[in-house]
Amino acid sequence: MEVLAAIAVGIVVACSAYLMLTREIIRVILGSLLMGYGINLALFMAGGIKTGGPPVLTGDEVGAVTDPVPQALILTAIVIGLGVFALLLALGYRTYQETDTDDLEELVG
Amino acid sequence: MNNLVVAPIVIPLITGAVLIFSPRRLSFQRWVSVASCLIGLVVNIALMHRVWNQGIQPFYAGNLPAPFGITFVADLMSAAFVTVTSVTALAVLFFSIYSLDEQVEQSYYYAAFQFLLVGVNGSFLTGDIFNLFVFFEVMLLASYLLISLGGRRLQMQETLKYALINNVASSFFLLAVAGLYRTYGTLNMADLAQRISASDSNGWLSAIGIVFLVVFGVKAAMVPLHFWLPQPYFAGPTAIVAFFGGILTKVGVYTILRTFTLIFVEETAWTHGRVLLPLALLTMVVGIIGAIAQTDFKKVLAFHIVSQIGYMLMGIAFLTPLALAGTIIFVAHQMIVKSGLFLCAGAAERISGTTDLKEMSGLMTTHGGLAALFFLAALALVGVPPLSGFFGKLTLIRAGLEAQRFFSVALAITVGLGTLFSMIKIFRLSFWGEVRGERRLSRESVEYKRMMLPVGALVVLAVAMGLGAEHVLTYAQAAAEQILDRRAYVAAVLPGIGLDLGF
Repeated sequence: MEVLAAIAVGIVVACSAYLMLTREIIRVILGSLLMGYGINLALFMAGGIKTGGPPVLTGDEVGAVTDPVPQALILTAIVIGLGVFALLLALGYRTYQETDTDDLEELVG
Repeated sequence: MNNLVVAPIVIPLITGAVLIFSPRRLSFQRWVSVASCLIGLVVNIALMHRVWNQGIQPFYAGNLPAPFGITFVADLMSAAFVTVTSVTALAVLFFSIYSLDEQVEQSYYYAAFQFLLVGVNGSFLTGDIFNLFVFFEVMLLASYLLISLGGRRLQMQETLKYALINNVASSFFLLAVAGLYRTYGTLNMADLAQRISASDSNGWLSAIGIVFLVVFGVKAAMVPLHFWLPQPYFAGPTAIVAFFGGILTKVGVYTILRTFTLIFVEETAWTHGRVLLPLALLTMVVGIIGAIAQTDFKKVLAFHIVSQIGYMLMGIAFLTPLALAGTIIFVAHQMIVKSGLFLCAGAAERISGTTDLKEMSGLMTTHGGLAALFFLAALALVGVPPLSGFFGKLTLIRAGLEAQRFFSVALAITVGLGTLFSMIKIFRLSFWGEVRGERRLSRESVEYKRMMLPVGALVVLAVAMGLGAEHVLTYAQAAAEQILDRRAYVAAVLPGIGLDLGF
């Protein structure tokens, strides 16, 4: 399962790298969003995966509990990511309005 | 009762939240933010005083014990940086009031400035790697807003690039956090330090450390990750760029200083000697070459930031008490002097309507006060005794000689000559010579006099830091010994836990 998740992280990050290497502003912004998602998945894996292990301590068996800390961390990271993404979109749109282009090659220097 | 430790974060947070509701009531906005910064300054000095007398001060949010709750830690280094930040913030605020367009000021400028302070102070005071990420994001979001205020074409395109690069760096930050948590099961810095010293990671820790170095290197503008810096610093409003140039890059240096003395110390010969030191030397040289090549006031100063970051990283790479003391003095000195120089650039821009050095020559004839202040600040940056830059550099060079890093020392001295050269260039082109270009503000205007006030205050502080070098050095050496004593840090933050683990 963790191997599968690692491959998924790799694919998502590869897609985001592809998007970020294109020339349109909106694709680059989407690429950076996607990279955040890929890394969030990696952060999720940092706690390990247990079948049927809730992140809450119910009985005395400590071994059956999934570590809740990484889940709390990605929750925070997702919220921050949302804010940053909204700001990036607004920034990208304003840049488009000011410069009349969405081609990054024309925004050099 | 350690609430003093979070006060530098809480005060600007409340102020920012109040200010965000009334962006158009300008006099209210201005004076509330100045008052908040003044209170912040007093609180920070009190914090510094308490840390000096009582040692490292931890704060546990909600009284949850250390590795589980949110921890803030104030030690001598972070208390000093927070205090210098609030001094700089006060000067920049005063300058903003008299130099910015009203339209910019009404666009939530003061609220965003307070949130920027929340992020900066939080980064200095946090004792937890993940909270460092959160405060970085607070700082960055506010900085995206501030640097794009005004919305000119150049500003928008440069802000977009700045935001994208920092966003990618933040993703890498999270990746490194994931690696660290997977390996050690904790993100509390003291807990990490204790677990790391108790086990051997076979190089895995150094690999994570390098990812962190990349992330912090982007924030600190370390070569080869510096390429984003000069353009947005050229495009943004000069008042806010003064704060960015003085403080934001130093937050990156501070995080390297903190993590590479507390956490990533397993293979110092490799991480510090083979990776950090060459990058530091490269940063110095590339920055100064860039500065020499430019003929724009703000661009010369922006490239100087990169060059000076090199000195600080060099001190961290030496990793001796004296070198770290030199780094701490140098960071504090740069926060003050760099902001002061950028404010000079802002005043010159306000007077002549341009930042091109060749278009504003003869400023000394028409505005002698500005020329004198710039001259003093430039000498302090170059490191002429008895100004503040001299003692920072002297300590670093002494530490380099003691560590027998002769090549690094020779390079640092050479780069110092380059700094002198480019400062002379600014002075020769824009202050000397025949009066050319327009003058929008006369020497007698109230606006000009009020703009000189914060610049003068920063220059006086730089001179005072040089004249009181003995006290500054005593404090910096105590701070350096404190950050090298990891055992004391762990004992202060995790009372009763780390002591029996034999390190």
